[in-house]
Amino acid sequence: MDRPLSLVLFSGTDDKLQAAAVLTAGAAAVGRPVHLFLQYWALDAFRADRIGADHGLAPEAGPEGRAAVDRLAGAGQLPWHETLRMAKDIGEVDVQACSLSMDLLHIEQSDLDPLVDGVEGVASFYDSAGDGQVLFI
Amino acid sequence: MTVYQISQLVDARGLNCPMPIVKTAQAVRGLAAGDLVEVLATDPGSVRDFAAWARTTGHELVETSVDGGIYRFVVRHK
Repeated sequence: MDRPLSLVLFSGTDDKLQAAAVLTAGAAAVGRPVHLFLQYWALDAFRADRIGADHGLAPEAGPEGRAAVDRLAGAGQLPWHETLRMAKDIGEVDVQACSLSMDLLHIEQSDLDPLVDGVEGVASFYDSAGDGQVLFI
Repeated sequence: MTVYQISQLVDARGLNCPMPIVKTAQAVRGLAAGDLVEVLATDPGSVRDFAAWARTTGHELVETSVDGGIYRFVVRHK
């Protein structure tokens, strides 16, 4: 099975990044190539010096959501960046930073975690997405 | 219960989605055609996930069973 899947990661909170990492790892496990395009706050979360920091949760999580997420982490759920590393280990996962967002945040690829394979613009993103599915998270 | 000649055991008990199929995908990489992998899991979603994983990857799901909240899958490498 080689239907490519493209995920645009925009949100930089840990819950949305975890959801995206789970979708990526699942697709990699069934042999689907995955292309991640990192924009805005999601890109900020991939900075090498703080990828493992607490990036908070979406506002709707509230205190109960926070407790539920902490419970899963306490039970051994991998952080989203480790889930992504496993996805890259088992499958074809290409992670690209949005060049506009790089300018916005004043960062270069050397500031980013090695999970990030390169930097591209929207034309390149649409080219790799082809006719495959695109999700915005 | 059928007794199989298992080449590798994947213990995914206590792991959330998608780790049971991710760890199984890792395990089958090093195996040869016909080799069997046994997977133990506690994630109820894994029942549908293993059926879908087998369908999409072409590996054969030769057994799905549940006993006391532990799901057991036996997969044959294509």
